[in-house]
Formats: sequence, C-alpha cells, structure tokens
Amino acid sequence: MTLDAKIPQGPLAEKWSKHKFDLKLVNPANKRKYDIIIVGTGLAGASAAATLGELGYNVKAFCFQDSPRRAHSIAAQGGINAAKNYQNDGDSVFRLFYDTIKGGDYRAREANVHRLAEVSVNIIDQCVAQGVPFAREYGGLLDNRSFGGSQVSRTFYARGQTGQQLLLGAYSALNRQIHAGKVKMYTRHEMLDVVTIDGHAKGIVTRNMLTGAIDTHAGHAVLLCTGGYSNVFYLSTNAIGSNVTAAWRAHKRGAFFGNPCYTQIHPTCIPVTGDHQSKLTLMSESLRNDGRVWAPKTAEIAEQLRKGTLKADQVKEDDRDYFLERKYPAFGNLVPRDVASRNAKEMVEEGKGVGGSGFAVFLDFADAIKRLGEETVKAKYGNLFDMYYQITNENPYKQPMRIYPAVHYTMGGLWVDYNLSTTVPGLYALGECNFSDHGANRLGASALMQGLSDGYFVIPYTLGDYLAKIGPKKVDTNHPAFEKTKQDVIAHVNKLLSLKGTKTTNEYHRELGHIMWEYCGMARTEEGLKKAKGLIQALKADFWKNAIVTGENEEVNASLERAGRVADFIELGELMIDDALMRKESCGGHFRVESQTPDGEALRDDENFAFVAAWEFKGENQPEELHKEQLTFEAVHLSQRNYA
Amino acid sequence: MNLTLKVWRQKNAQTAGKFVSYKAENISPDMSFLEMLDVVNESLTHKGDEPINFDHDCREGICGMCSLYINGHPHGPKRGITTCQLHMRTFHDGETITIEPWRAEAFPIVKDLAVDRSAFDRIQQAGGYVSVNTGGVPDGNAIPIPKVIADEAFNSATCIGCGACVAACKNASAMLFVSAKITQLGLLPQGQPERYRRVQSMVAQMDEEGFGSCTNTGACEAECPKEIKLTNIARMNNDYFSAKLFREEEVHEQGH
Repeated sequence: MTLDAKIPQGPLAEKWSKHKFDLKLVNPANKRKYDIIIVGTGLAGASAAATLGELGYNVKAFCFQDSPRRAHSIAAQGGINAAKNYQNDGDSVFRLFYDTIKGGDYRAREANVHRLAEVSVNIIDQCVAQGVPFAREYGGLLDNRSFGGSQVSRTFYARGQTGQQLLLGAYSALNRQIHAGKVKMYTRHEMLDVVTIDGHAKGIVTRNMLTGAIDTHAGHAVLLCTGGYSNVFYLSTNAIGSNVTAAWRAHKRGAFFGNPCYTQIHPTCIPVTGDHQSKLTLMSESLRNDGRVWAPKTAEIAEQLRKGTLKADQVKEDDRDYFLERKYPAFGNLVPRDVASRNAKEMVEEGKGVGGSGFAVFLDFADAIKRLGEETVKAKYGNLFDMYYQITNENPYKQPMRIYPAVHYTMGGLWVDYNLSTTVPGLYALGECNFSDHGANRLGASALMQGLSDGYFVIPYTLGDYLAKIGPKKVDTNHPAFEKTKQDVIAHVNKLLSLKGTKTTNEYHRELGHIMWEYCGMARTEEGLKKAKGLIQALKADFWKNAIVTGENEEVNASLERAGRVADFIELGELMIDDALMRKESCGGHFRVESQTPDGEALRDDENFAFVAAWEFKGENQPEELHKEQLTFEAVHLSQRNYA
Repeated sequence: MNLTLKVWRQKNAQTAGKFVSYKAENISPDMSFLEMLDVVNESLTHKGDEPINFDHDCREGICGMCSLYINGHPHGPKRGITTCQLHMRTFHDGETITIEPWRAEAFPIVKDLAVDRSAFDRIQQAGGYVSVNTGGVPDGNAIPIPKVIADEAFNSATCIGCGACVAACKNASAMLFVSAKITQLGLLPQGQPERYRRVQSMVAQMDEEGFGSCTNTGACEAECPKEIKLTNIARMNNDYFSAKLFREEEVHEQGH
C-alpha cells in the first residue's frame, strides 16, 4: 500500500481553513447515532472526549488508572506554547511553525506543524475559559516565559505544574459530559486489542482490571490517546504505568508505526542513584531560563567533587566550564533538548562528570538568586526545588542541582495522515501516541500544545468527515470479528499466566532498558545496534520461557498487567533498533555516531533520509516492511541547525 | 537498612483482611518508600507468592494515585509530600513500619492497600467545572484576573485528589477535597455564573457518597500533601449557606 498523508492543496497558511470547509459534516440530529471509543484520558483523550460529547456524539472513554485525572499529562511541568505574541517580542504563527520545524531537525510535516501553530492560540483561550489558573502579571494579564529552541517568550505556565492544571481543565470538561450522559467513563480498564471488520476499526477488547473480565466494545471509530513509549527504556520520566500496549496491539492489527527510533532524552533530570531506581524525575526545562549549566574545567577537579573532598560552591569561577554558554552564545542554556543532552554526555565522557556516580553535571542557581533574590526564584520554581530536595536530600538554594539526561518523550508513534487517521480507517491516534508534529526532536512546552490541539481542535473536524462517509449504521458486538478478537486476547492472557519460570517481568524490563539505553539511547552506532538486535531477540525468547507471572486472571493482578506490557515493550524495542539501523543519518534526538559535523553536531542526510519511516507489521517474528513518506518543504529552507 | 513491615492484606472488599509481617532487607536510604515495596514484591514474586497490591503511577507526587497509611499518617510521617516522594532515609534501621490502606466507608477496598476513590470523580462530575464548550470563548487576555486572586485560585487547584484528607479525618469527611475545587472556581471570574449551583450540586453528591461532616479538627490540612488550607472549607461553607438561604433554585439539573 502507498502512504497518502492527505495534505490539503493550496498555500501553507490556508490549508487548514480550506480543509475544514471541504470536510463533510454530520448534522446535529445524526451525531447521536454515532458511538466513538476513546482510549486514554490525558490531554488528548480527555479533550477529545469532552469536545465530541459536547458536539453530540456518544462517547465511551477508557483509562487504566483509577480516575481519568491521573493520566501522565498531569506530570508535565514547564508550560504550553502559543503564538499569542502577548509580549510584543516578534512572535507569530509562522515563527512558532518555523521554530518547531527547525527544532524537529526538519523531519516533521510542514502542513501539520503549521496547523498546530495556528490553533495554539485557541488552546490558551479555551483553557482560560475553563478556569485554568495560569500565571499572571500584576496587571491581571497572562504571563509568559521562554523555553528552549526559541528566542521569544511564548510559553504560558502555571508555576511548575502546567500539565496538572491543563489536564484538570480537560478533566472538568470531560466530567461535565459524563454528568450530561454523553460520555460513559470506564476506569481501571486496559485496552488489549482493536477489532477490525473489512479493514475498518470497529471496536476494542478490554480487560477489567478489577475483575479480569475480557469485554468487547463497538463503535464507529476508535481514538487512541494512549501516550508515548519512553518506558521501553525501563527508566524514564514517564509514570510507571505508561505503556505501549494499546498502540502496539493496534500496530499488529495494521496501523503503521512511524519513526519509532525518535526518542527524546531530556537534559535535566535527577541522576540515577542505584539499581533499585524505578523511575527518573524531570527537572523542568524552564529551569534553564535562570539556571546555568556547568561542569568542572578539568577531570582532576571533577574527581575531587566526586570523592567529596571539594564542594561545588568551592570551585572557583575560572575552574568552571559553562559549556552551553561557551559553545552556543546565541541560545546559551536554552539550546534545544537534544543538543543540551549530548553536551552533558560529552562532559561525562571526558571525565568531567560530578556526583557520586560521575553521571551528572551542575545546574546552578547562585547567579539567579543573587540577581533576583531567593523569594523570586522560589515563586517561579518552588515546587521543583522542593521535589529535588525530597529526592536528593540536597538544598538547591544552597548548592547547585546535579542533573543528567533521561528519556522523557517519544516523537515516534503510530503513523497518521493529516486527519490523524492511522493506516487502519476508523482508527485514529492523537497526542504523543502519534508520530506527527515534532519531527526528530520536540521543543519544550510543545507536547501539551499538541495533545490539546489534536483533541480540542483537530479531531472534532476530521472525524466528522469519516463518520459522514461511513454512515450511522449501528455497529454490533455480535459480529463474529468481536468474538474472534476476544478469543485472541484470552489466549494471550492465558499464555502469560502460564509463565511460571524464574525471573520476574520487572527483571526482564530492566534488562531491556539497559540494552535500549546502551545501544539505542543518546548515541547509536551500526555495530551497537546490530548487537542490540541479537540481545533483544534472545531476551524475548527467554521471556516466553522463564518469566514469572503470579495469580490468576479473575482478580486484581498487577503481575499480569506488567507482564503484558513488558512483552509488548520487548517487541517494540526490536522495531526501534531496526528503525535506528535503517536511518544512517543523524537528526534531532537520533544521533548516529557515523554521521556528525566536525563540531560533533547531528549531521542530517536530506538527500537520502528526508522521509518518515512507517513500518508495517508482517506477522510474528517476521521482519517489518518499511514504507516511506517523503517530506517536502515549501515554506522553510533546509539547513544545518545552528544555535551558536 | 533492614526493616519489618506490617502490611494490610485483603483479597477484596467482600473478604476479611489481616496484617501480615514481611522483612525488607538491604534497603538503601536513597530508595523511595514505593521502591522499598518494589524490593519486597520482587522477593515475594520469586517465591511464587502474591505481591502486595498498592496504587501508584507517576512517582513524582502529582498524579495522586499513591496512597498508604504509614505508621498512622496518610503518606507517612513527613509533611507536604506524597508516599512516592517519601524516602527511606526518613526511617531507621531495625524499625517496624505499619502500612494500611485509606480507611473510609466511601473508599471501599479494592485489594490489599488499594481503595476505590471513584466517589471523588462523581463529586467532580456533579458540578466541578465551568460550563463552556470548546470554541467560542473570548481571548485569554479579555479576562484580566488580579495576580493575587489567580495565585490563590492556583493554590486550591493544586489538589491531587489522593484522598489523604478523608483518610486523616476521624469523620472521613471529604470537605477539604470538595472545597478546594469550589474555592478555585469561586475565586475566578470564569466560575461566577455557576458559583451557587456548583456548591449545592457538589455538596449534595458528597453527602450521597457517604462522607462524614467536618468538625474543624484540621487533620486534613495537616496531612494534605499539597498543603491545601482549611480556609477552603470556610469559603465553601460560606457559599453553601449563602446558596441555601437565597439561591436554592440554582442547582444543576440532572442530565444537564
């Protein structure tokens, strides 16, 4: 099959307006005849469920947590971008579009990104109207701050917990529709498969995590809003429950997977302390507005710091290397995430890492506290400083934070066209679950923007077109396809429950994470990736022989839930390796050691790799087939990214 | 460190539960409390025993999923943090730690240490929102809000819905939780049109769920991991009485 991104004709800035007019509508009386299934209730899922409910569709929403409010969007800290230009500092829709394309290292689709920049302004208005308490100036108007990869202040925020406030806004809109009877909410339900009839998605199979009941649900369309797959690395900033299972099972039912190797390593996370570590904690990128990143100038000084014979505040100014400010004077500490991360890694490799393990550099607020006063710093970042203190037992007001990169976000995801439809008609992917808008690297404060854009302002239009075309004929779970898919799920669950080996699924997960981080993390080589492929295949074979899964299906069973997710992560890991091997260029977060500039920056190969990789599942243990969506750029000129 | 855990084990809401003792060995002070439980669960799994079930997700203090009543305190002995942010350096070698689920009639046991907090969702569904549809809203800066009001509303909005306030309260009252949302929206101009309907609808649902009344002890405020203030309850009472005295007709219609 050939990939059709369905990008509308016409000038870039008019595509979305024109497309909205061209899309078919469902009349208000007919909307109630359609059933929509939405999986996941983060920013994308909750906003889509609320909006589609308001429009009059019947929505069934599912989440694995005990409440839709707990989706991992809640943990986003720094902020949300919008091209409001409230600061009169030269921002515009085109500039936000341009920054996002450039930040993504020219591997995103122009038309999608322009639409994202266009609707960004509506998102802020919507959230304010819901009562989201954004930060404000004394005059009562909205405040902004700056974020990496941009030279304007366009980030709206609510202290260091913007994701929480935006999600609670979307959750409140969702609650209103639940109360109105337009959305039926299923909590503690995990989606385990997609049901297709004649190639169209018509429903899902779920497991009730309280009773173990395997149920089928029918609808005219299925929206996957299930987030990213950073937890394939075991340690990441994602919530423990974040997983790829819904997206992966959809992939196995025909949805192509786009750019799986594009992962974002966030530069400022709290370093690992030991093997017991279950997750990593992010320190918001907003901290780089006021914090200065440095490492000691020499390995000798670093050695003393590691041993504790020298304290950070005793290191003389001349002995400090503010390496981001030195190498990138124009952007300084606010270079994009991929650039900041690679530079921190370089420092560590040169023996200049600090902290007990040596895997850390400093993020120092001494200057900011001197300039602004401790109270102002506290007002801006108080909750982050508290979080750092709780975890490390070190006071960041008195000594610099120790930070190191960690996996944070996945730009890859299910391939979608301009309408957010996967390659399975009727199956849509929204938010981090899709691959669409961030290219090979996402800019800070753009994830929240994309999740809400997809849910509030894109899918309500594009879904109507599909529904109008297929008509409102009822979909019934009595169709044999439902029973068949359900039996597949039951067989899979039983196979997992039969595992009574010697290693816990957590141990397999950690091993997978080690492989991925070592060979498919911040730097990737052909040799390493080939080795990793063998290691993962061996791990997979061992998992299905030696894993331990306790308990039974008909009860609350975290062991079973975990096992299913780890099994899917292992399969995804292999695809990520294949994708990273195939893409011999470096771009954004995907750094192939063989492809770098003389300064050690990511070197793209536009002639051979200016495409989206979309992988098609061909059967268990079969190599996947690569499809290419060529990227064409009309509005921006491709150039080597330069933040100096 | 080596510790003894006394953990509440209960198969489900229909079955009686009991305390079971476990050894937690070679615990690092840098571990979080939940990572310590992970270690215990790994060793139980290796023995083929059923791991201890507890709710958790983000492990950075914001999703509100984790709970646990530790040595008589919701989220453990330290103030202003959730269980996932509690680190083992808070405890000392050889200590016995008692771990219980939230105890409240409105929060039935799911399994072991996990409880069903869906009552909280139903209270929010009863009216915890501003009734605006997507689209057709004014420009964000068309609604100026004094910074002090925005900040105050934000403080209430930081509630994570974990239920520690209910667990801490001798009456199992949910008033701190309910009042936080009522205060957030009651302070902001966006929340004014439905202010008195909202408070009546949410309080009615709170009562229906079987939560107790507030007797001004303040345990909720002391144990709240987000340090939501008792003044929220005062504001809610003020709005509630004002509504009941003068605006009783303004309630959310069922199925509105």
